[in-house]
Amino acid sequence: MNKVIEIEHLFKSFGDRDILIDASIDVFQGENLVVLGRSGTGKSVLIKIIAGLLTADKGKVSVLNQSLINISKKELNALRLKIGFSFQSSALYDSMTVQENLEFPLVRNNKSMTRKEIDKAVHSVLDSVGLLQALTQMPSELSGGQKKRIGVARTLIMNPEIMLYDEPTAGLDPITCVEINQLINEVKENYHTSSIVITHDLTCAKQVSDRVAVLFDGNFKFKGTFDEVFKNHDPRIKSFYDYNFTEN
Amino acid sequence: MRSRQHLFSPKIDNWLIGFKDGADFVVMFFKETFSRDFEFKEFVNQCYRIGNSSLLLISLTGFVTGFVFTKQSRPSLETFGATSWLPSLVTIAIIRALAPLVTSLICAGKVGSSIGAELGSMKVTEQIDAMEVSAVNPVRFLVVTRVLASTLTIPLLSFYCALMAMAGVFLNVSTSEDTSFSAFLEQAFNNIIFLDLWTAIIKAVSYGFTIGIVGCYKGYNASNGTLGVGKAANASVVMSMFLIFIEEVFIVQVTNWFR
Repeated sequence: MNKVIEIEHLFKSFGDRDILIDASIDVFQGENLVVLGRSGTGKSVLIKIIAGLLTADKGKVSVLNQSLINISKKELNALRLKIGFSFQSSALYDSMTVQENLEFPLVRNNKSMTRKEIDKAVHSVLDSVGLLQALTQMPSELSGGQKKRIGVARTLIMNPEIMLYDEPTAGLDPITCVEINQLINEVKENYHTSSIVITHDLTCAKQVSDRVAVLFDGNFKFKGTFDEVFKNHDPRIKSFYDYNFTEN
Repeated sequence: MRSRQHLFSPKIDNWLIGFKDGADFVVMFFKETFSRDFEFKEFVNQCYRIGNSSLLLISLTGFVTGFVFTKQSRPSLETFGATSWLPSLVTIAIIRALAPLVTSLICAGKVGSSIGAELGSMKVTEQIDAMEVSAVNPVRFLVVTRVLASTLTIPLLSFYCALMAMAGVFLNVSTSEDTSFSAFLEQAFNNIIFLDLWTAIIKAVSYGFTIGIVGCYKGYNASNGTLGVGKAANASVVMSMFLIFIEEVFIVQVTNWFR
């Protein structure tokens, strides 16, 4: 299988705090890779480096065969059009309606599109996330789950090849979590994307993952399918599993 | 021997770093302003927001300033029997100093804090990051439009403030003396020279730019959640006012060389 993301010996620190220490992982075409880890282990930092929002201190990061080291702004923007980023906070533009939120990246990156084509694209992605009725609503009028869906729709409108989900189920009720997990799987099926899903929610990981990688101490200590990883008797894995499925 | 980790002291180093960041931000603004793909619709939207949000307050403040300034100046001039100079004296004060300064101080509070808070909120809720990852330049969309809108709108508001202040002056003068409107205008603008108008325009433009760029800089660099948003809004107002007073002194000094 083709590698769409290659990360080798990645280092990132903020001040005196080392976040990622010699982290290496690949993402293959068409797979959902779930990155698990406790808060502050560098999961979000990892996908922000992949999206070019942060730069690595050391190491190699390559996305769709394009190295992110010393990449020009123009090349980075061209690459970003192929990457969808769903933020933990959804990051919808407060001052714009749902329609304007969805149009925003589209009209600025496809200047030749007609009004009819834009409307069609907006309706199509809204339909695919099941929120066609929210077209004229403001983000403040939406629930947490609806905001997540619109956030995903805003990335899908650009037809990305890679999806990066930052804590997609954080702060949602269990039923909405299941709906979001289904949406992640539908996006993979319908849009043929490869994805990295950042989460500490094992239910989410179980439902959406083709492969799981667990970050401990800035490094991917465990990689494999969900069952392979959680059959491990390492106390750190066991406590992670117990916390999610016993204490929660 | 103590290892030297700072160039001067932590405080001075931080101030210098902040100064460099600010200068870089201004350079980035000019670079993006003269690039392609100007966000005209957002620029018009921002002009409307700035103008509309400040209009009522500026009307009231301008009118009261003109009225009260005339009323307070009258007794002193009466001592010398020089009340006929009153319209001219007050008009000079309004055009040269009061209108641009009053307008910009009001806008520093209203517009500067609003820009700082809006961009700060967008920063901490990752909306600016969302623009970046969708290959849209946030500086071009958010910063250039707001700074240009305040640079254009605040001079217009200053002009409007001067008109309202003159209305206040006329009301006071006409209730105290039997003066016609045309005679008042003639007296008022008798000593106004072209340089006064240019000075007022230059002041208002530079104050407008300062309010816009400081608000955007503070908001764009906000951090630490809602606390950071509050700090950004507050810092926008304080720094704008501080810079406006420095600019006032500088512009007055420079224009006085040409008188």
